[in-house]
Amino acid sequence: MLTVPVETQILFAGILFFIGLVGLLVRRNLVFMLMSIEIMFNSAGLVFIIAARHWDQPDGQVMFIFILAVTAVEVAIGLALILQVYHHFKTLDVDAINKLKDDNS
Amino acid sequence: MNTIIAIIPALPFISFLILVLFGGKLSRRASGWIGAGSVGIAALLTIITGISLLNSVTGEKYYTIILWKWIHAANLNAEIAFRLDSLSLIFCFVITFVGFLIHIYSIGFMEKDEGFTRFFAYMNLFVCSMLILVLADNILLMYLGWEGVGLCSYLLIGFWYKEPENGTAARKAFIITRIGDTAMIIGIFILFVSFGTFNIQDIMQLAQAKWAVGSSIAVITAALLLGGALGKSAQLPLQTWLPDAMAGPSPVSALIHAATMVTAGVYLIARTNVLFSLAPAVQTVIAIIGALTLLIAGFSALAQHDLKRILAYSTISQIGYMFLALGVGAYSAAIFHFMIHAFFKALLFLAAGVIILVLNEEHDIFKMGGLRKKMPAVFWTFLIGSASLSALPLVTAGFYSKDAILWFSYSSINGSIILWMAGVMGAFLTALYSFRMIFITFFGKTNTEPSFKAGILMTAPLLILAVLSLFGGFVELPASLGSVHLFSGLVNQVLPGVVIKNIENMEWLFQLISGVIALSGIYLAYRFYYRKPAYMETFKNSRLNHFFEKGFEFDKVYDTVFVKPVVWLAETDKKDFFDQLNISIAKLALLGNRVMSLTENGKLRWYLLSFAIGIALILTLMMTQ
Repeated sequence: MLTVPVETQILFAGILFFIGLVGLLVRRNLVFMLMSIEIMFNSAGLVFIIAARHWDQPDGQVMFIFILAVTAVEVAIGLALILQVYHHFKTLDVDAINKLKDDNS
Repeated sequence: MNTIIAIIPALPFISFLILVLFGGKLSRRASGWIGAGSVGIAALLTIITGISLLNSVTGEKYYTIILWKWIHAANLNAEIAFRLDSLSLIFCFVITFVGFLIHIYSIGFMEKDEGFTRFFAYMNLFVCSMLILVLADNILLMYLGWEGVGLCSYLLIGFWYKEPENGTAARKAFIITRIGDTAMIIGIFILFVSFGTFNIQDIMQLAQAKWAVGSSIAVITAALLLGGALGKSAQLPLQTWLPDAMAGPSPVSALIHAATMVTAGVYLIARTNVLFSLAPAVQTVIAIIGALTLLIAGFSALAQHDLKRILAYSTISQIGYMFLALGVGAYSAAIFHFMIHAFFKALLFLAAGVIILVLNEEHDIFKMGGLRKKMPAVFWTFLIGSASLSALPLVTAGFYSKDAILWFSYSSINGSIILWMAGVMGAFLTALYSFRMIFITFFGKTNTEPSFKAGILMTAPLLILAVLSLFGGFVELPASLGSVHLFSGLVNQVLPGVVIKNIENMEWLFQLISGVIALSGIYLAYRFYYRKPAYMETFKNSRLNHFFEKGFEFDKVYDTVFVKPVVWLAETDKKDFFDQLNISIAKLALLGNRVMSLTENGKLRWYLLSFAIGIALILTLMMTQ
C-alpha cells in the first residue's frame, strides 16, 4: 500500500483550505463563495480522516460523517438564502448587497 | 428637656427626607402639610422648652445634649452637640414660629406651582440648617449649619430655574457669601490652632484668659469672623447679592432673606461677643459699617420701583441697625430688633407676595395703585408692617426696638453723636420709603385689577404677624416709658449688658426726636407721593435717582475691579501649555476615530480578509512560542 507521510497529508488539507479561503476572498458571486466554503469544510473533514488513520481511531470518521450532515444542511440553507437574495436584488454580487451600511461613511 | 432640643432640628430634617424620597408619591396636600406640620411641631417644642427654660430655678440657664462624635482624629474633636440658652432660644423661636407661619402661607402661595414638593423639601432643609446653626455647641457644627443655609438660599433663589436670570441671581448670592465664608473658616482655623477646641463656650473662656485686649491675633480673628457675618448679613461691602436674591418666591424672601438667614451674622457676632470685646477696633468698625449700610440701603430703597427690591434694601438697612447696635455693645437691643424685624419684615414680604401673585406677577409699584379698597386685609396688615418698619411712635413694636438702638448708639461708651445722627437719618429715610410704598401701591387710581382673592391660608399668617408687629414690642419698654426689661433680662443671661456713658439720662428727648423724625418722614411721603406726585416725576429722571436705584453702583464697581480682569485673564490665558496638552489629547482621540471608522466600510469580503489576517497572526504567535 502506498504510504504518504502524514505531514504531506496535512499539507494537502492546508492547501485545500487555503484555496477555499482565497476563493472566498476573491470571488464576488455568492454561489462561488458558497462553494469555496464547501471546499474549506471538506479540508477540515479531511484533517479528521487523516487523524483517524494516523492514530487508528474511529472517532475522526464519525466526526467526518457529522460534518457531512452539517454541510448538507448548510448548503440547503445557503442556497435558499441565495435564491431569496437574487429575487430581491436581481444580482448575486456581494459588494452590491450592502443595505446595512451607513450612507455617509 | 435635654433630648427635646435635639428633636427640634431633627423634625424638619425628617420631613425633608420624606419629601425628597417619597415626594413623587405624595399628593400635594400631603406634602404641604408634612412640610408645614413638621415646622409647626418644632415651634411647639421650642415654646415648651422655652417655658421650661424660663421657669427653671437652678443656676444653669441652659440645656445641652451631646448626640454623637462627629470627627475624632488625634486632638481634633468635634461632636454633634446642641446647646440651648436664652440667645439660641430667641432665634429658635423666630425660626420655627415665623417659619411655621411662612410654611402655612406657602401652601396657599405655591398651590399652582409644579415644584410644590421640591419647594417644601428645600424649605424644610433650610429650617433644619438654620436650627443647627443657632443650636450648635461647637463652632464647626455651626459652620455646617452656616453653609447649609447658604446652600438652601442658593437653591431657593434659583427655584424657578427655567429663567436664566434667576440662576444668575442664585450664583451671585452663593459666590458673594462665599467670600465672607472663606474669611470665616480661616478665623475658625485660627481659633482651633490657638485653643485646640471647637467648643464655643471653651473658646470664649480661653480667649478671655489668653488673649490681651487689642492684641493683633484677637483683632485678626474678630475681623475674619466679621467677614463671614458681613457676607451672610448682606452688609457693606458684600451687600450686593440681597436685592438680586428677590428672584426667589416671596415666602423664600420672607423666611430666608428677611427673617432668619440674613440675621445669622448678627447671631455669630452676638455668640462670639467675647472675641469682639477683645478687639475694640473691630467693634468700632462694626458700628461704622452698620451706620453706613443703613444709610446707603435707605437711599437705595427710596429709588426702587420693584416692590420686593424696596423691601430687600430695607432689610439691608434694618440689619445695618442691628450691626450698629452690636458695634456699640448693645447686644440685647440688636437681638430685640432682630426679633421685631423678623415679625414685620416677614409680614411685609408675605403681603407683597400676595399683591404680586394677585396682580399676575406685577412687581412695579407704579403699575399698582389703588389697592386699598380691592384687598383691605392685605392693605391693613401691610400698613401695620410699614408703620412698625418706620417706627411709628408708641403704638408699634418697631418703635421700641429701633428706639433702643438709637439711644444706645449715643449713650453707650462706644457710641457717639455721629452714629446717632446716622441712625436718625436712617429712621427718616425708612419712614419716607415705607410710606412711599404705601401711598403708591394702595392709594391713587387703580392701574391693574386684582385677578382673584387670596385664600385664608395666606391671610391668616399676615394677621398673626401683624398682631406681633404691633404688640411684640411690649416685652421691652425703655426706662422713660414704663421700664419693662423682660427681653433684655432674658438675653443678658448670656450676653453682656450695654455699658452706658456717665451722662445725664435724656432718653425721653432722644425718643421725642426720633418720633418726630419718623412722623415727618411719613408726612413728607404723604406730600410728595400722594398729594403732589408731579414734583417727584422730575426727580425720577435725575441722575441721582438712577444712582440710588442701582444701589450706589456697587455692582458696576465690582464688575470693573474684579470680574472683568479675571475674565480678561482667563480669555488671554486660553492657549497656555496645559490647555494645549488637553486639546492635543482630544485631537488624538478624534484622529483615532477617523482611522478606525475607515475599517467600517460595509464590504463583506474586507471583513473576511481581516478575520483571516487576524487568525493567521494568532496562529503564528502560538506556533512561535
